[in-house]
Amino acid sequence: MTKAELVIIGGGPAGLAAALSAWESGVKDILILERDRQAGGILNQCIHNGFGLHYFKEELTGPEYAGRFIEMLRGTDVRVRTDTMVLDLTADRILHTVSPEHGYEAIRAGAIVLAMGCRERTRGAISIPGARCSGVFTAGAAQRFLNIEGYMVGKRVVILGSGDIGLIMARRMTLEGAKVLACVELMPYSGGLNRNIVQCLNDFDIPLYLSHTVTDVRGKDRLEQVTVSKVDENRRPIPGTEMVFDCDTLLLSVGLLPENELSRQAGVEIDPRTNGPRVWENCETSIPGVFACGNVLHVHDLVDYVTAESMRAGEAAAKFIQAGGETGDGVELQNGDGVGYTVPQHFRRDVSDKLQIFFRVRRIYRDAFISVYDGERRIARFKREHMAPGEMENITIPAMFLKHITGGPLTVRIEED
Amino acid sequence: MKELICITCPKGCHLKVDEETFAVTGNSCPRGAVYGANELRNPVRVVTSTVVLESESFRRLPVKTDRAIPKAKMFEVMAEIAKVRVHAPVRVGDVLIANVAGTDGNVVATRSVKE
Ligand SMILES: Cc1cc2nc3c(=O)[nH]c(=O)nc-3n(C[C@H](O)[C@H](O)[C@H](O)COP(=O)(O)OP(=O)(O)OC[C@H]3O[C@@H](n4cnc5c(N)ncnc54)[C@H](O)[C@@H]3O)c2cc1C
Ligand code: SF4
Repeated sequence: MTKAELVIIGGGPAGLAAALSAWESGVKDILILERDRQAGGILNQCIHNGFGLHYFKEELTGPEYAGRFIEMLRGTDVRVRTDTMVLDLTADRILHTVSPEHGYEAIRAGAIVLAMGCRERTRGAISIPGARCSGVFTAGAAQRFLNIEGYMVGKRVVILGSGDIGLIMARRMTLEGAKVLACVELMPYSGGLNRNIVQCLNDFDIPLYLSHTVTDVRGKDRLEQVTVSKVDENRRPIPGTEMVFDCDTLLLSVGLLPENELSRQAGVEIDPRTNGPRVWENCETSIPGVFACGNVLHVHDLVDYVTAESMRAGEAAAKFIQAGGETGDGVELQNGDGVGYTVPQHFRRDVSDKLQIFFRVRRIYRDAFISVYDGERRIARFKREHMAPGEMENITIPAMFLKHITGGPLTVRIEED
Repeated sequence: MKELICITCPKGCHLKVDEETFAVTGNSCPRGAVYGANELRNPVRVVTSTVVLESESFRRLPVKTDRAIPKAKMFEVMAEIAKVRVHAPVRVGDVLIANVAGTDGNVVATRSVKE
């Protein structure tokens, strides 16, 4: 059986950064497995700018951001094997792979980093009533057609969901000459970044219908019409509010789903709130020596945070290989009022210098506090002027604050007073 | 006072800009002040797109304007970009159109393709 000290599944920004930091921490035998024909992950099709302001202190496009990491890895002995699909993963860290070059191959890994990213939700599509005609795409699939393969998918477009991919595609299709008639969002707020509402919709006078959804789809072979209705507080369509759009294309931007089939096969414990692995503060999953980072762990909106998280995962994987697993008492983290989930889900009491917690809020807040409680006792509090579900939040708790906590759990909650 | 959302970085700060003095509040960094004032005087955007690529492995080459160009010129810039064909090899940063549509900005490649 082929062996490697560290195997990284997925060659997107998460996998690339994890490899780089493991290499810098002294691991020399690193293999990245990527099913696509090129490394870079989703960034290859994200040709817009807005990447890297935190990490590189300049604004890059997706391909440029990925290119920088691929370039940095060229200076190392990290092997990137493209066109290679990981089919199965076991709890004792054996990977089953296929590729045109090596055929079927089993690989035994000293440690593994899961960096498989996300795929798009299509659930919205299934629940849309009406015809099953062509012309309905997920926004990311349309993005790949346009930016990588060079095909325009339509001329008159309605977008369901106001996630970032949908917003970015509204602008992209408009610039390429299509007419984007509407962006329709079920919730009373947008799921995408504010900057994308401004520069992708407002710049082109594309209307955003909040608290609306698609209630009918018509067309014989190709899509011809969609009906959009307003919804009530319970997200049920209100009769009499229908608007009809003549269009040939409906793009769905209804969220991303971490791609955890392999994690499940291996028996990694999954958190139903994130749909990603339950991890410790060092990104280690419930299986020792298996780490997770990037979109497979929880959905990120900023690649810079993916990079930072993946650097930590790579370093932790290196430590595991060199010094063996971490032990020590665990403390659970809970989400309280207003908080949807936390990553990590638990941490070891003896965290070295600080504990960083990532989460999303459940609704929009202005001038609110993020508080951390140990039972009834508040141990930390952070002020935020603005928080929204579309923007991942994070707080950093210095280790000295954690010295005197009881056995936990700690609760993160939003307070408005 | 005009209320704006800064689009310079994904943080998306909520800005208030004075219409007469162009003074900006609500920004978390100096770039926000520049953006806020500009947005009222002369709004500019970076344009990104793709061009036809003749290469063994890829059909499209991603490109961008190397500086933000006047918002009103976006479609003119797109029309120029649509005329470009590039042969591999090409390197990230290679200038494909200089001074595009008279904006002082150049259209440059955003990835390298060897063959
Ligand atoms: C449309 C869109 C716009 C965005 N805009 C911005 C922005 O403006 N600014 C910003 O900072 N961030 C942005 N982001 C977010 C950022 O791009 C992502 O958070 C980041 O790319 C996630 O990186 P990743 O490596 O975890 O996942 P990915 O990039 O998805 O990479 C995962 C890789 O794993 C591979 N893989 C999966 N399963 C297997 C398997 N079984 N075997 C082998 N390989 C496998 C996949 O092929 C893929 O290459 C955007 C994201 C999207 C989708
Ligand atoms: S003001 Fe600065 S931090 Fe805030 S969005 Fe603009 S560039 Fe980003």
